[in-house]
Amino acid sequence: MEKKQPKYLKLSGLEPLVITPESNFVNVGERTNVAGSKKFLRLIKEGKFEEALDIARDQVEGGAQIIDINMDDGLIEGKEAMVKFLNLIVAEPDIARVPIMIDSSKWEIIEAGLQVVQGKCVVNSISLKEGEETFVHQAKLIKRYGAAVIVMAFDEDGQADNYERRIEIAKRSYDILVDKVGFPAEDIIFDLNIFPVATGMEEHKRNALDFIEATKWVRENLAYCSVSGGVSNVSFSFRGNNPVREAMHSVFLYHAIKAGMNIGIVNPTMLEVYDDIPKELLEKVEDVILNRRDDATERLLDFAESVVGKARESKVDLSWREDPLQERITRALVKGIDQFIVEDVEEARKAAKRPIEIIEGHLMIGMNVVGDLFGSGKMFLPQVVKSARVMKKAVAYLLPYIEEEKLANPQEGDSENAGKILMATVKGDVHDIGKNIVSVVLACNNYEIVDLGVMVPPEKILQTAIDEQVDAIGLSGLITPSLDEMVHLAKEMERRNFKIPLLIGGATTSKAHTAVKIDPQYKNAVVHVNDASRAVTVVGDLLQKETSEAYKQAIKKDYDLFREKFNNRSQHKIYKTIEAARENKFQIDWQSSEIVKPNQLGIQVIENMDLEKLIDFIDWTPFFRSWELHGKYPDILKDEVVGEQATELFNEAQKMLKEIIREKKLKGKAIFGLFPAHTVNDDDIEVLVPDEGSKTQEAKKYTFRTLRQQLQRKEGVADYALADFIAPKGTGRQDYIGCFCVTTGFGTDELAGQYRKDLDDYNSIMVKALSDRLAEAFAEYLHKEIRTVHWGYGAHERLDNDELIDEKYQGIRPAPGYPACPDHLEKLTIWEMLGVEARIGVKLTDSLAMWPASSVSGYYFANREARYFGLGKIKKDQVADFAQRKGIPYEEAAKWLAPNMVDD
Amino acid sequence: MKNINDILQKRILVLDGAMGTMLQRYNFTEADFRGQRFKDWEHPLQGNNDLLSLTQPKAIADVHRKYFEAGADIVETNTFSSTTIAMADYHLEGVVYELNYEAARIAKKVADEFTEKEPDKPRFVAGSIGPTNKTASMSPDVNDPGFRAISFDALRIAYKQQAEALLDGGVDMLLVETVFDTLNAKAALFAIEEVKEERNIKVPVMVSGTITDASGRTLSGQTAEAFLISIAHIPLLSVGFNCALGADQLTPHLEVLAKKSDLPISAHPNAGLPNAFGEYDETPEEMAEQIKEYLEKGLVNIVGGCCGTTPEHIKALSTLVKNYEPRKLVVPA
Repeated sequence: MEKKQPKYLKLSGLEPLVITPESNFVNVGERTNVAGSKKFLRLIKEGKFEEALDIARDQVEGGAQIIDINMDDGLIEGKEAMVKFLNLIVAEPDIARVPIMIDSSKWEIIEAGLQVVQGKCVVNSISLKEGEETFVHQAKLIKRYGAAVIVMAFDEDGQADNYERRIEIAKRSYDILVDKVGFPAEDIIFDLNIFPVATGMEEHKRNALDFIEATKWVRENLAYCSVSGGVSNVSFSFRGNNPVREAMHSVFLYHAIKAGMNIGIVNPTMLEVYDDIPKELLEKVEDVILNRRDDATERLLDFAESVVGKARESKVDLSWREDPLQERITRALVKGIDQFIVEDVEEARKAAKRPIEIIEGHLMIGMNVVGDLFGSGKMFLPQVVKSARVMKKAVAYLLPYIEEEKLANPQEGDSENAGKILMATVKGDVHDIGKNIVSVVLACNNYEIVDLGVMVPPEKILQTAIDEQVDAIGLSGLITPSLDEMVHLAKEMERRNFKIPLLIGGATTSKAHTAVKIDPQYKNAVVHVNDASRAVTVVGDLLQKETSEAYKQAIKKDYDLFREKFNNRSQHKIYKTIEAARENKFQIDWQSSEIVKPNQLGIQVIENMDLEKLIDFIDWTPFFRSWELHGKYPDILKDEVVGEQATELFNEAQKMLKEIIREKKLKGKAIFGLFPAHTVNDDDIEVLVPDEGSKTQEAKKYTFRTLRQQLQRKEGVADYALADFIAPKGTGRQDYIGCFCVTTGFGTDELAGQYRKDLDDYNSIMVKALSDRLAEAFAEYLHKEIRTVHWGYGAHERLDNDELIDEKYQGIRPAPGYPACPDHLEKLTIWEMLGVEARIGVKLTDSLAMWPASSVSGYYFANREARYFGLGKIKKDQVADFAQRKGIPYEEAAKWLAPNMVDD
Repeated sequence: MKNINDILQKRILVLDGAMGTMLQRYNFTEADFRGQRFKDWEHPLQGNNDLLSLTQPKAIADVHRKYFEAGADIVETNTFSSTTIAMADYHLEGVVYELNYEAARIAKKVADEFTEKEPDKPRFVAGSIGPTNKTASMSPDVNDPGFRAISFDALRIAYKQQAEALLDGGVDMLLVETVFDTLNAKAALFAIEEVKEERNIKVPVMVSGTITDASGRTLSGQTAEAFLISIAHIPLLSVGFNCALGADQLTPHLEVLAKKSDLPISAHPNAGLPNAFGEYDETPEEMAEQIKEYLEKGLVNIVGGCCGTTPEHIKALSTLVKNYEPRKLVVPA
């Protein structure tokens, strides 16, 4: 025997809508309701039915599975308007594909509507309000017209306002419909009355809960029927406070859907994602919705006052979808909304003669607005990157059409882009957030980007520049050795007779370095560009024929002048000899100074760090900086200028962070060791590492070579080296040192690459920025564990996160390559000592950058007197001494230390 | 008479073929169409096939007879256009009741003859209710998409009159067919429900839609499933498709119905697609070969023919279906 068709609510427009127990919540579009949309009301009143149709269309395109149409307004001829509008809708296949909900309190309007729609509609609504006879009569006709029906929990005595009345009326209505009228049970939808809560009235406290419980009862006891409702009612008492209302809607729906509510009228712009509701708000809203405590309303009211201040523009206000096409495209670009761009671009394409016109017309008009806003400081980098994401999607959609057209009309010229820029992170360096941002921003401005990625050898950069006939080369790097790579590349460009401009960017680069070291190597233009917002203007000035020559000359002159001034200035500074500096080293009283022996000497590995533990350790300020939003967290969120953007960025970062952690998309690993150590010959630290391989368990000796400040400063200020913080061999005190490497970068490149593949640079950059933050947080976390557990000297410290970030604890963790020890070479020693690469897989590049990029390594110094300092410039005598101590040629030492050497 | 529901459980029923195609063979003249009764009618009447039930009843009875002889279980009355709406072209609104009543009587009389001769194979008459020549959910004026040439109520009233007359004339069931606008069909079904209620009778109702082209939609734009959902509110004897397409093009749409519905499924396709001269030239063997696919897939309970089919086609079908089981039906709980 064939299986009988299950009794599902089946509706139809031109296409079917079958609502099964597995169906997701069915959202009914409510903007074609004169009570639900002021704009719709106005259009109908003015007889602008064609424009009103666009509202219906947008709702369907926006995902409404049913559209509710209501013409009940004192100033409208409801029946005529209903019939006319429905007749027009039926003529639009893209709207008429969904079922229609004919909504009126007047039976004659409902019936008139039913007579013009061929599909199976929903009537909204009937009830026992005027008695059983009318109810039966209407139900019979609805059945005969072939529609489903919403039954309100309303009877002769009024509207059901508690649990008992709701189920009593529902049961009575159901029995009449099923038994007396023969109405198919699956075509019955109950509206069990959603009433406001938190009104301050005792009798309203259970309004939401009674609805939810009644819903559960109805779904369990009245077979096959559905439950629906208008959700926005529930939060009526918080009018004007959208964050609270959105949270209330989402909490209400969460519980109502669980209870069996399967259809509803919900304004999608007034809905927060349940998981995204802040904990405190969630708890208070749930207390109210579920009536969990007597003072729930008061507590939410109090709390709401604090929330109202933060009320933001509704996240998904879709009213702009009713604007003209160009405005929609521009808005999508400015606001970074990619949801509708393909559809809008397709609309533009259909109307255009050639697909390329959309890029050169609609999209460039929009991007010019973005450019202007960005240029005038009204838009910020994260927004621009989002704009770029939208642009990329639009272009990707158009490309096949453009290719097709090219095949058809090969004589038509290509579109002119503004220029072709090669971008690369130099050899030995793996950091690319900044480079990617600049690439995105340039691409937005119609430049074609040839992105060679990270660790690109100079030969490849130059060869590609020739092959691709690029108009400029942009180099990026974060670590100091990259500076030399850039100098080298400038030399090579000169040697090979390049003419195109060279752009320099990245965290360690500076106008000074560019002017002093790079610019003299290359006769043509070299420009230091350190933020994305400037990149566009600079490249524009460089490449536009009208401005190019003048600009290049101006830049050369500027750098000449700068160089001259710089050289003169540096001559004012006096440096001591290394011997003199050692005389003036920082003195710790080693007789009285406390030295704590670590609880656990030796090497330990953390294989799989729970990243969730790191969240509290994240220092957000640099995160905002990487997006060129300047200000200290958390104040930046409320900043007058960038606050809104910072908040949005922050929220999105939180969302991705949650996802990364939940889905274990990144892997955190660490290795660290604590060892006996002492200082020898002032500047070297000898470390004794137990050699696990040797039979005698004899310790193997390693030496860290530290560098000492040489700049002449005022009397009484010591010339620091890190070695000063470890007890010298002769003191008779046994001291200790630690070193470490942490990473959260395994998975970052894959994830970022995935986003890039999906044309989503925004999230690709976001992943990297977050992964960097997690690595720093991991370093901070591990440092705390070292202080309080493994070493244990700070077992009693109690610091909150801000204090941690402000480093108010004892001991330091300086990192090679950073101010106290700018020499990257010592990383090699750490790697060898700990077996970093073999044990956790973090590698060092030619330039001694760590891979994965999101990694941190360094030393631990525990002494109370240990402090961070900047080495500053050093003289050749120390470099020669360093080379000799390390047993390497002077030239090699000079190469690594070049950024820190005084020119003399 | 045996209950048609019971018979549908046991075997595939055969519906007749085209009436118009058969009547063309008579080459009736304007005078033949008019007969005695309408010889002075002010408007031309040639081509009004439904009128022949009054003016050439013997020919109509003969066509029915040929189909029954060919093995048809059900013949359709000659009333495809017998509504006040469709007859308005001939200004014959006044005789619509008679057209239906007489057509039903003619068909029923022939059916009874055959049932008497062969009681094990009872013959049935289905009152044919066509779509009319107006559509309730489409505008005939491309510049005014909100305009409608006919209202639901006008259709309902016309259909009600037709249904009443057909039932008065003795039909065994009603067939709302060639539905190209579901709203028209809903008006017919609404009217039939009214009649059933007023007369307190039950009458089997068949609905047969038309998928007009390769898009797989009705003329009014619905998919097969949306069409099914839109007419499923009325208890039906069967649902199916007819006309417009040949048997093979109809298969995917019948599959949708068979999958989504518990009702018996009917199909009466055309004899292929018309050739350059507007003639249908698919042979009975060719058509039977295609219908065989429905049967092998177990898609149908009722098969027959529409435009271009003849008693030869129906004979081929009725021979064919004997070898196959009908689509399995769900026994009503």
